Amino acid sequence: MDEKIIYLDNGDTTRIDDEVLQQMMKYYTDSYGNPVSLHALGMEADEDLAKARQIIASSINAEPSEIIFTSGATESNNTAINGIAEYYKNKGNHIIISSIEHSSVKAVAHRLKNDGYKVDEVKVDSEGFIDIEDLKSKFKVTTILVSVIYGNYEIGTIQNIEEIGAVCREKGVLFHTDAAQAYGKLKIDVKKENIDLMTINAHKNHGPKGIGVLYVKKGVKLKKLMEGGSHESGMRAGTENMPAVMGFARAAEIAYSDLDSNNAKISGLRDRLVTGLLEIPHVTYNGPKGGNLSRRLPHNADITFHYIEGEAILMHLSLRGICVSSGSACSSKTLEPSHVLTAIGLKHEQAHGSIRFTISKYNTEQEIDKTVKNVKEVVELLRSMSSFDPEKHSN
Amino acid sequence: MALKYTEKTIEHFTKPRNLGTVENANAEATEGSPACGDMVSYTLNINPETLIIEDIKFKSYGCASNIATASIATELVKGKHIDEVKKMGTTEAASELGGLPPVKMHCSVLAINGIKAAIREFEKKIGRIEDEKRIITEKALLNILKNVMHPKHGINIVDNGNIQRIRIDGQDIFIIITLEPDEEMFASNIHDEVMEHLESMKCSHEIMIKIESKTGDFI
Repeated sequence: MDEKIIYLDNGDTTRIDDEVLQQMMKYYTDSYGNPVSLHALGMEADEDLAKARQIIASSINAEPSEIIFTSGATESNNTAINGIAEYYKNKGNHIIISSIEHSSVKAVAHRLKNDGYKVDEVKVDSEGFIDIEDLKSKFKVTTILVSVIYGNYEIGTIQNIEEIGAVCREKGVLFHTDAAQAYGKLKIDVKKENIDLMTINAHKNHGPKGIGVLYVKKGVKLKKLMEGGSHESGMRAGTENMPAVMGFARAAEIAYSDLDSNNAKISGLRDRLVTGLLEIPHVTYNGPKGGNLSRRLPHNADITFHYIEGEAILMHLSLRGICVSSGSACSSKTLEPSHVLTAIGLKHEQAHGSIRFTISKYNTEQEIDKTVKNVKEVVELLRSMSSFDPEKHSN
Repeated sequence: MALKYTEKTIEHFTKPRNLGTVENANAEATEGSPACGDMVSYTLNINPETLIIEDIKFKSYGCASNIATASIATELVKGKHIDEVKKMGTTEAASELGGLPPVKMHCSVLAINGIKAAIREFEKKIGRIEDEKRIITEKALLNILKNVMHPKHGINIVDNGNIQRIRIDGQDIFIIITLEPDEEMFASNIHDEVMEHLESMKCSHEIMIKIESKTGDFI
């Protein structure tokens, strides 16, 4: 069955790279020591951990001491926001996020609100770009943190992080960015881009699941989330997941050594897909396009097929061996349409009809062409049975 | 979210029965709306003498289970007397499909209620029932709230014990709903579903819904 699957949900997770898996295996069977142990096996693990930390740090122009390994992007986001909110609570209680954050930022901010913090959301335009003036107007003397997603997971919008970081520096406010989707696709320089905290992970780039990093700029303090041993400079207790750490480092090396050629390939496939799908009548390409296409993550396409519902499209494609995702309420766990799509101005029924396609280096032109053909058939089929009457229901 | 649909559900989704529009239909109804993400439209031919549903077809805007429940519902009611159909439970379409994931149970309610709405319109038209002038009582409210399915448990929110309080005060209706921590993620959906069903009463009451967490927070 795997042979036939066309996997276009790489924004969700990816297939592990064989080289990465190979690298990891050694740390289960041979070099299985715990980096905190004092014996030979432990010391060997500690050295390898330091190497991995160096590799990840270099990939974003950070220092190794600024890298904290976590269980993934959700933990990194939670730690960053909770940790800053708690540590700086005497300085202020105001946090600014964007209206298109991932749930692991949005939910934490929402809970902090219940705990008495003030949270403001910055608006985005119809392609998902932060309104810088709106951001500037949101700052208060009590603002302690700004968190803005680097590259959006749904519509691929790449924010002008350097500019947002500069605004935060000028105001003397810490800046966190969730770069889970952007890392491994874009060159990131935390120093040049004025980033104080950053979330990244491995499994979006052919690395293992369950491993992430929180970059914390030297001098920035936050309350630790896990307490216990002295792992990760005491900031995150718990034995390091060495196989995953080593896999992450290898995946990062591969992603950044082939960055330009990979990006050229996946954005080429993405554009081929989009060109094919835009031949279908009554569709909208959501997110940056045209002159702004270069400010879109190379692997991402998000399209609304009007007058039909996304989960039905997704299920039909799945039965044909094609894996995609949808911003429809019916395909979300909470039965709400994607807040990213509504934030860029889509009506609920437009969000319900959206499908996200995310490409990886393992996809081929043949797969893209087969996908276009199948989507055309499915859209036609569902429209033929749709009770949605554009004249009656479009207002 | 990986959804486990039964083979029968997939079969009705990919090969829906009674799809389309009945020509010269004498009853029809549309339930749901595109904004909610699911909507089903039925056209029926009901024999005015025998009150048997002689023909029924549907069109659907919705997810796989919306299509499948509407499809099986048409099979369930075709050839039946309208009084028999009026007595059908809202989960019968789901049962007939061999069950639906809890988060999809509302599709069964929509599919069955859509047909009942068409029958009600038909009965009004032939003068079999009068235009409803619904008196809003707590019991009537509870009956309406029984159409709201809990997305986690797949049973209605009344039987699931989420309705903490209902009060009718003149023109105002107050409803307090409480959710366990593992139900809080559905707060917004439950709120919208309750609103949608109450608005379908077309009463002039002011409706106020408060959703509370068991841990004390407003959601």
